[in-house]
Amino acid sequence: MGRLALALMLAALALPASAVGEEVVAGLSQTRVSITTSFTGSEIFVFGAVKREAPAPEGKIDVIVTVSGPSRPVLVRKKERRFGVWVNGPGVQIDAAPSFYAVKTTGPFREIISWTEELRRQVGLAEVIRLIDAPDWLVGERGDYLEAVVRVRENQGLYFIDEGGVSLVEETLFETNVALPANLVEGDYEARILLLRGLDVVDEHRTTIPVRKVGMERFLHSLAMELPAVYGVASVVLALFSGWAASALFRYFVP
Amino acid sequence: MHVYLPIAEVSVNALLILALGGGVGMLSGLFGVGGGFLMTPLLIFVGIPPAVAVATGTNQIAAASFSGLLTHLRRRTVYIKMGIVMLLGGIAGSALGVQVFALLREIGQVELAVGLCYVVFLGTVGSLMLVESLQAAANLRRGRKRQHRRHGWIHHLPLKMRFRQSNLYISAIPPFLIGAMVGVLAAIMGVGGGFIMVPAMIYLLGMATAVVVGTSLFQILFVAIFTTLAHAITNQTVDVMLAFLLIVGGVVGAQVGARIGPRLRAEQLRILLALLVLAVCLKLGWDLVRHPDELFVLGGVG
Repeated sequence: MGRLALALMLAALALPASAVGEEVVAGLSQTRVSITTSFTGSEIFVFGAVKREAPAPEGKIDVIVTVSGPSRPVLVRKKERRFGVWVNGPGVQIDAAPSFYAVKTTGPFREIISWTEELRRQVGLAEVIRLIDAPDWLVGERGDYLEAVVRVRENQGLYFIDEGGVSLVEETLFETNVALPANLVEGDYEARILLLRGLDVVDEHRTTIPVRKVGMERFLHSLAMELPAVYGVASVVLALFSGWAASALFRYFVP
Repeated sequence: MHVYLPIAEVSVNALLILALGGGVGMLSGLFGVGGGFLMTPLLIFVGIPPAVAVATGTNQIAAASFSGLLTHLRRRTVYIKMGIVMLLGGIAGSALGVQVFALLREIGQVELAVGLCYVVFLGTVGSLMLVESLQAAANLRRGRKRQHRRHGWIHHLPLKMRFRQSNLYISAIPPFLIGAMVGVLAAIMGVGGGFIMVPAMIYLLGMATAVVVGTSLFQILFVAIFTTLAHAITNQTVDVMLAFLLIVGGVVGAQVGARIGPRLRAEQLRILLALLVLAVCLKLGWDLVRHPDELFVLGGVG
């Protein structure tokens, strides 16, 4: 009996860190984002702690926080010069690209997560942007098109990687701020918190953050989408009324 | 003061949009142009998606032209009969333009077609207007009377109609075609088309300058209403919040323009408008030929 217990203990020590029972406990400063008329972007404060049954094992612990927006297909075109004018070339449809993607880490990305884990957990931008059926002519340029999606969205402030943006205290408490820009698209955003030890993911925590238009924004958007004729007539009536009102007001004040 | 636009899905500075509407609206009152040829590029420049900029621009044009039209109606400087002939052409042209636009979208060349249209039309109209108005101003200084009417091919077309208010007896075909052409441009470029209609009415039809502005506003108003409805129903790209801000700025600007217009000299006004049109043309032309900073463009899947 004693020998078996010893063997189990040894086995436990030999197992990767995950078996030690390190878990991530996390919270967000807001569980939903409401887009109101005065919406100019938002900030989500992500915080948490590492829960342990036993004392922390040797080695460094790292945290990666990602926030991603709803994934949608994107059409990418490359401009070409023809007859001295820049013309859009044939389009390439990217099957899925998140509308927003933020990565925050405790350290340089390559030094804290292995390629295998990155691929398996779909952490990097290379994994979340998917191009499955590429046309034959694209072979040599495939990478250029995918990079273009990242570059354009980075310039719009929609994609960013902040290495070292997560602060970790005493190998236990961590926190970070994820800034959401004003040009957000509605949908369910996903926040992921990955706990890493020796390039491997020890634990993962996921939460959904619904981003919704509310109040007036909600009303106008759904009216425009569901009753476009009513919305169109209302827009025209509003335009004509404003035109008349301005004319009448001016005549009253400036005869 | 920032406002989040429900359809465009971007946050913009409300004061900037109000000022934009006001500036463009003043042109509407001054020259009888809707100002769309400036509004659409400016909106895209401040970050509004092009499809929303085009559709919302037409809604703003409806408001500005209605406001301007009311002033002209009171002054009796609207020639309804001519306006209706041009409007019929405009509706036909707009319907055709929507089809052309859909085709361009399919092959992904909207940007190029719109850019080329702007350069060609603004360039031609701007240069013609500049030359003409400079000549007219010079003649005026020398005390010569401006030649009003020329008899040409336009006077040999069938379907003649009498346009009493302008002292014209011409065929209904040229005004119809001018209206139709403007309708096509309205749908493709998101403009009212005044910048092409006003010179066409003066130089091609020989209409009296006094009724040209009011009459073109009449045509623009109805074509803008038609186009706004078409965009709202087929593309859901009319942003009423953006339109409201543009309209508030625009109607005020239009009133100011309509009031200071008569106090300015017509020749000077036309030189000013011609220079403005040429400036926009040069800017857009330059954008077409210069090496773009970003070679790739992203779009939704249509």
